[in-house]
Amino acid sequence: MPLELQKVTKRVGAETYIHDTSLVLEEGSFNILLGSTLAGKTTLMQLMAGIQAPTSGRIVFNGKDVTGVPVQKRNVSMVYQQFINYPNFTVYENIASPLRVAGEAEENIDRKVRKSAELLRLTPMLTRRPGELSGGQQQRTAIARAIIKDSDLILLDEPLANLDYKLREEMRDELPRLFMDRKRIVVYATTEPAEALLFGGQTATLFQGRVTQFGPTSHIYRYPCDLTSAQVFSDPPLNTAEIEKRGQRIVLTESIEWPAGKGAEKLADGRYMIGIRPHHITPEAQENGAATISGRVLVTEISGSESVIHFDMKGQTWVSQSHGVHPFDIGSLAKLYVDIDRAFFFDSSLRFVGGGG
Amino acid sequence: MAKILVDNVRHSYFAEPKGEEDWALKKITLECEDGGAYALLGPSGCGKTTLLNLISGLLRPTEGRIYFDGKDATEASPEQRNIAQVFQFPVIYDTMTIYDNLAFPLRNRRLGEAEVDQRVREIARMLELDTILKRRASGLTADGKQKISLGRGLVRTDVNVIMFDEPLTVIDPHLKWQLRSKLKELHHRIRRTMIYVTHDQTEALTFADQVVVMKDGEIVQIGTPIELFERPRHTFVGHFIGSPGMNLLPCEIKSATAYVAGKAVKTLKSRRESGDHLELGVRPEFVSFAEEGIPVDVTKVADAGRFRIVETRYNGNAIKLLVAEGRDIPSGKAHVSFDPEHTQIYQNGWMIE
Repeated sequence: MPLELQKVTKRVGAETYIHDTSLVLEEGSFNILLGSTLAGKTTLMQLMAGIQAPTSGRIVFNGKDVTGVPVQKRNVSMVYQQFINYPNFTVYENIASPLRVAGEAEENIDRKVRKSAELLRLTPMLTRRPGELSGGQQQRTAIARAIIKDSDLILLDEPLANLDYKLREEMRDELPRLFMDRKRIVVYATTEPAEALLFGGQTATLFQGRVTQFGPTSHIYRYPCDLTSAQVFSDPPLNTAEIEKRGQRIVLTESIEWPAGKGAEKLADGRYMIGIRPHHITPEAQENGAATISGRVLVTEISGSESVIHFDMKGQTWVSQSHGVHPFDIGSLAKLYVDIDRAFFFDSSLRFVGGGG
Repeated sequence: MAKILVDNVRHSYFAEPKGEEDWALKKITLECEDGGAYALLGPSGCGKTTLLNLISGLLRPTEGRIYFDGKDATEASPEQRNIAQVFQFPVIYDTMTIYDNLAFPLRNRRLGEAEVDQRVREIARMLELDTILKRRASGLTADGKQKISLGRGLVRTDVNVIMFDEPLTVIDPHLKWQLRSKLKELHHRIRRTMIYVTHDQTEALTFADQVVVMKDGEIVQIGTPIELFERPRHTFVGHFIGSPGMNLLPCEIKSATAYVAGKAVKTLKSRRESGDHLELGVRPEFVSFAEEGIPVDVTKVADAGRFRIVETRYNGNAIKLLVAEGRDIPSGKAHVSFDPEHTQIYQNGWMIE
């Protein structure tokens, strides 16, 4: 039962929230909407759910036009960033509430509540009220309530954003397991590239109300269709510079020249934009050791397992992220190696023309 | 600028605390050197914000004393302690210009306009706000506003300490990188004592010289990011720091050799005989696939971009390891080995030293 958005737009007054968007979400799929705050993730979800009606275009579910059918008449569940539970209900009653509204038989309710609670490790908390729970347990209660009814579509709008770092890590591990072997469509909004990568599934990158790319997560991370998609899906930010391709070399400045590498080998001579992920610039030599850069160090962050070196590259700040401890002093020159074979190249209209992988 | 000593401080929000669980802070002693960058790191409810509020003077401790430069400041108000604070949400005046927002803490202290101007421009330059000083703050995005909040915290030169309470929580990931490195650069430049409270290990580890790891109202370990990563003294630190956290496997010791489910494993330090609740700890960074070693089943591979997180199982225990981008990962049955230099034994949670 796929959900299709056909040429959907959303305008409010003079402002366009969602530009012409077409997407097909397959039955049983886990789909991620990745983009910064105000990129349009929440609006897009509300259009999918029927909380908002599109200005133009159609929303088709299982071959049936559901454009304009309100959320109450659609079989949809939502989980928000803020933990929303009934404060005076127990965890049990919170989870049971959608089934009670639907008028399910008592024995079914009990069986399903206990099963959802088990999945979300809430069994010992069933008799407590939300106020007596930690943030993570409150959000797990909200998620248990969202999955208990057999909704066709479940929308999770940055559900982990208000949780502690470590809890977020645990929930990231658990969430995909909840949706295995289920037919429903899951849509998950996040601002964090790392979260999208770990979930896998399909990712749509969003930028200023546009879906810039949609496909298998690991593929679009490694083969972005344009510069914007690559930037949306990069944390730390992608390093970019204008370059000139000359024969088998690429020229960044008068003093920095690199071999073209796999991505630029076949490109015609001329001007391009290069994009390099921070972890493809490291203080240790790469297999292809010929591309190096000496950068004036602005600041070094060492987390114990990794070093992040911010350095000056022609007046721009570039970032190197590497395994291990590399304590460069502020102001010193760091010799860094670039994995040029993995660099991205974009043409003058910033479309992807080579590299990645 | 000041050196701060938190001396045997206990704090309870109850008028008459009874059991141990009534104490938000159990017994804390902490020394912050003048000019250092400190992070208080721990999960919700660990007491980190309570400790911050005790240092700033928003709270009085139930027991113990707090000293600023050797002088007892326990009863002093936040104003008397002369501190600057930056909170989770931007605290700025929307109707004022960015310039006036930054100038506010200085004018409040009745500084001359010439000095105000010089300080405002200097801090604005560091935060890259110098070209938009005349704009009103109301038109800015959340991170733009938080940048001004940071500027207001950093603008005064006469403060003893600058405190940050989860200042980057509302910021999008790509801007977090920018603001975090900016803050670190600023600390390097102005060398003021800074205390940074967060639950986010990346923020704590990248910002601070010394990270204070807290749990249940107690300090578990104080150390540099490298110490916390390489030698976590408690299994909680091993788990809480690192992503994913340290692998912990039940083990036995026989004649000074550690055994995990009957398999001998080389470790950094050991002890002679078995004891209560022994665990072997090794971070996923120090586990690798090998020709021989511990036999495992590969159960899950998650892509993290620059590496893959591989989950394996051995005898009912999960062992995670990191594999660099581009390297092969065996499927099904395989062997893993641990780097002995980074494999530690823990007894009742504490590292054997």
